[in-house]
Amino acid sequence: MISAIAVMALGAVILGALLGYASVKFKVEGDPLVDKIDGILPQTQCGQCGFPGCRPYAEAIAKGAEINLCPPGGAEGVQRLADLLGREVKALDAEEKPKAVAIIDENTCIGCTLCIQACPVDAIVGAAKQMHTIIAPLCTGCELCLPPCPVECISMQVITETVDSWKWKYPVVDIKTTGMTSTRNTPTGGAGGIKAA
Amino acid sequence: MLQLFKFKGGVKPATNKTQSVSQPIAIAPLPSHVAVPLHQSIGGTPRPIVAVGDKVLKGQKIGEADGWISAAVHAPTSGTVIHVGQQTVPHPSGLAADCVVIEPDGKDEWIERKAVDYRSLAPETVRELLREAGVVGLGGAVFPTHGKLTPAKSVPMEQLVINGAECEPFITCDDLLMRERGEEVVRGAAIFRDLLQPQKVLIGIEDNKPEAVAAMQAAVKAVGEDFEVIAVPTRYPAGGAKQLIRVLTGKEVPNGKRSTDLGVQCFNVATAYTAWRALAHGEPVISRLVTVTGNVAKPRNYEALIGTPMDELLALGEPKADTNGIIMGGPMMGFLVPDVKVPVVKATNCLIAHSDALFPPKAPEMPCIRCGECARACPHELQPFEMYWFSRAKNFGKTQEYNIFDCIECGCCSFVCPSRIPLVQYFRFAKSEIWAREKEKKASEIAKTRFEFKQFRDEREKQEKAEKLAKAAAAQAAKKAAEAAAAQATGEAAEAVPPPAAAETSPADAVKKAAIQAAMARAKAQREAAASRNTESLTAEQQQDIQAIEARRMASGLAVPAEPKAE
Amino acid sequence: MSMDFSTPPYLLKNASVTRVMTQVLLALVPAIAVYTWLIGPAILIQIAIASLAALLGEALMLKVRRQPLAPFLGDGSAIVTAWLIALVFPPLAPWWMVVVGTLFAIVVAKQLYGGLGQNPFNPAMVAFAVCIVSFPALMSQWPNQALHLGFADQFQIIFGLTPRLDALTAATPLDALKTGLKLGEGQVGVAALLANQDVYGQFAGRGWEWITLCYLLGGLWLWQRKIITWQVPTAYIGALAAISGALWLYDPAQFASPLFHLFSGGAMLGAFFIATDPVSGSTTPRGKLIFGAGAGLLTYLIRVFGGYPDGVAFAILLMNICTPLIDLYTQPPIFGMKNGK
Repeated sequence: MISAIAVMALGAVILGALLGYASVKFKVEGDPLVDKIDGILPQTQCGQCGFPGCRPYAEAIAKGAEINLCPPGGAEGVQRLADLLGREVKALDAEEKPKAVAIIDENTCIGCTLCIQACPVDAIVGAAKQMHTIIAPLCTGCELCLPPCPVECISMQVITETVDSWKWKYPVVDIKTTGMTSTRNTPTGGAGGIKAA
Repeated sequence: MLQLFKFKGGVKPATNKTQSVSQPIAIAPLPSHVAVPLHQSIGGTPRPIVAVGDKVLKGQKIGEADGWISAAVHAPTSGTVIHVGQQTVPHPSGLAADCVVIEPDGKDEWIERKAVDYRSLAPETVRELLREAGVVGLGGAVFPTHGKLTPAKSVPMEQLVINGAECEPFITCDDLLMRERGEEVVRGAAIFRDLLQPQKVLIGIEDNKPEAVAAMQAAVKAVGEDFEVIAVPTRYPAGGAKQLIRVLTGKEVPNGKRSTDLGVQCFNVATAYTAWRALAHGEPVISRLVTVTGNVAKPRNYEALIGTPMDELLALGEPKADTNGIIMGGPMMGFLVPDVKVPVVKATNCLIAHSDALFPPKAPEMPCIRCGECARACPHELQPFEMYWFSRAKNFGKTQEYNIFDCIECGCCSFVCPSRIPLVQYFRFAKSEIWAREKEKKASEIAKTRFEFKQFRDEREKQEKAEKLAKAAAAQAAKKAAEAAAAQATGEAAEAVPPPAAAETSPADAVKKAAIQAAMARAKAQREAAASRNTESLTAEQQQDIQAIEARRMASGLAVPAEPKAE
Repeated sequence: MSMDFSTPPYLLKNASVTRVMTQVLLALVPAIAVYTWLIGPAILIQIAIASLAALLGEALMLKVRRQPLAPFLGDGSAIVTAWLIALVFPPLAPWWMVVVGTLFAIVVAKQLYGGLGQNPFNPAMVAFAVCIVSFPALMSQWPNQALHLGFADQFQIIFGLTPRLDALTAATPLDALKTGLKLGEGQVGVAALLANQDVYGQFAGRGWEWITLCYLLGGLWLWQRKIITWQVPTAYIGALAAISGALWLYDPAQFASPLFHLFSGGAMLGAFFIATDPVSGSTTPRGKLIFGAGAGLLTYLIRVFGGYPDGVAFAILLMNICTPLIDLYTQPPIFGMKNGK
């Protein structure tokens, strides 16, 4: 009896020591979950989720906030967050918009610099009383520059697909239909038949 | 005789080559218009250097190469530029890209062609000339040729492989080129040889083309070179650069490594031919041989201008009534063009008239039964069924673990699959998704660092501003305090108000106080900015009054001076 | 006019799941013919019962799973499972047991896991395992070779129309040998037992030896047709021969020769038709060798030292469990990466 208790106690001590050692040795700095969530968020810093930037939203999600508040991330972003966190996939709490970049109408711009201050990623160049312009490759499409503009000269332009950015589509798996079930693109040109010459 | 090696996998589809080799190469007539896409090679998109209305001559440069890996494009015939802009191009997406459309004037008038003796030129100059002549890999990959003509510094060049294997069914343009213009191919290969200085030049041709093998052997003799012409076993994809290199040299070029790092380089026979034409005749790449075959009455090889609308070229072969599309390239790796009017480009080696009789619609896809046929057929020894599984589940990380980027999309796996799964399609989907994600990730990382920097900068600016204001406020306070002291000293009724904790205040406290003062000053400034500006233009008298009032307020303890009194 | 944007390659080999399965069935035909001739036409009845049950079960489950019937019923995989079940069950097994086994194979082992291509275990072997655990007595009653029953008699026995007399049935040669050795308690040697040609035939069981020979021939044909690869059968047969040979050399009185083990019971059927099932088996070349060898070894151990009359089913099921792990660790090097780079 005594020896049994002693053995159990000894085991507990050893295991406890091991656990304690592990927690010191393999200590994780910061919250890796927040980093992971932040990695999934699109970093547009648009604040559409109601948090001031992607990182704060990531922290909020880690503390239990809804995962469907990020419109730029889209349904796929929600899916990936759900996968990461083991939560249920929810419909996006907003309309999903196609990816766009801001364009300044350079004739209307009065050079007030308000948009420059609003841009979270410094994608607008210009100086006071000088025309401003947007560096398109850096623009995240967050739309934060739209409201401050006093002359409403900024508009969002949807990014169109080009030959370079085009992606192969997922082959549709649908065994019920006969015939080819693979990708069907809508050709831009007319796909007319070829007359025998 | 050279010892040949084998590559694993591969398939043997019906070659269907005999139809189009009975007739010699014909020159295709001038088309109604030519639409020359600017982006016809791997690398940078050339910039258009002509405008609508310009008259151009045959061979005149219309697109300037952008960057080193890029190649110029030229007007295929003389005429007038009628459009510079978006046109549907032969791409599986069916999307448009920038093109220069020229209406021929019918004269087909050349620019002044300057032949050069490349042997007397520095290698850099020769490479530059090839880039300017738009010489790209005509086997289908259209990689700028000059970019492959620099030997690796550390590894000696052992072999130069000239690829005349032409393994895809239906295509015979390289076969005919070797038969009819073998000497020029050999001379082109000699250019590459002179630039790369390999120990050996090997010309590999599949053994189903004995005429081409004989023609090339005769050509090598006629030119007086010591190139070896080797018949390799017919097995798709023996004409893949990596497979042919393996068969001829036994070397396996891994994904992501340059073949020059293994001392070997590979060019297509048509590329060698155009390189020779470019240097010895001053003719840039404005035309190429195209096999017109498939569901046509008169299959044949044509020398067609780049930019020729495909339907016009196909019409020469007299497509049969049930033709319902055009496949550009071979039936294994080619694709149905989205619009039959798209132009012939440098990558167009073959046009196959498509009909359901010739290429029956595929039966429905069944589940994978893991039979492993695809793995046995894969020339890169991958496990396609595993990659399929993860591509289908969109588990892209796993697809990369199974080396999806080593896939050359040759189609062998789809060819043999008993479940008729469009495996290649899944791999293309997975690859382009991975690329897109990489790009997105990079973009979001850039956005993140820029955002963080902006935050940091805002913070820093705020601090700097605060410091500045604090300094200003401190200076002002000191001045005021001095004035107040002066006022006291002048003997006005000094009440026994103890000066607020004067001498004991430490400098740290002072800084803190200064900050508070600065904040207040800022708030005040803000308020002032908001309030009506009746304090702006004051007379000297009024100002004095205000100062006097201030001093009184200070003296009576209503306002606390921030700074300890100057002693 | 619509344009088909189907994707390359536009040429496809004339291959389909149905073709694969049909060839497997064809390869079984000679063995079934010999079976009918030597043991009796009961096997044909069992094949019919099992096929019917398999198709019904498959159709029912496809309906429940809202999958199209035609392509999946036509793929032939259910029929292959049914035939294998009929061939591994005792030929005089009651009809309901065959139906239960088949339905379990199709409904649980195959469809509940996702249908064609998704089952981690070989369905026919699951059926065998379930029935031998549930109905051990019935699964051990094999026809008595001394009696020759006609079609009508066998039909009546299968459908329970005549009583199932003990005299009609006997143990399999494998089982009989094991029992004989146990009863002999070291006094009776293998050689003496095998001398009884009524039970043990020329070398491995009267009648059965010729059927297993036909499995071997059918399997070689499948290999020649490239439906199966050489690795699994070779490793299976090699491992079984090696371990039985080693023990036989050690003590020929207690352990039967490799020849006996290879041509008894389900060894050949397992080596060529069941362990080669690509869905539940290993797929890499090295993995197949490991898989086959493991199954061969386990077959012998279960046969000789275990409690069941034959070990093929459990050996293959056990190796099925290991398949993902084997595949993971035996991925072949790819083109250009062979020097461990």
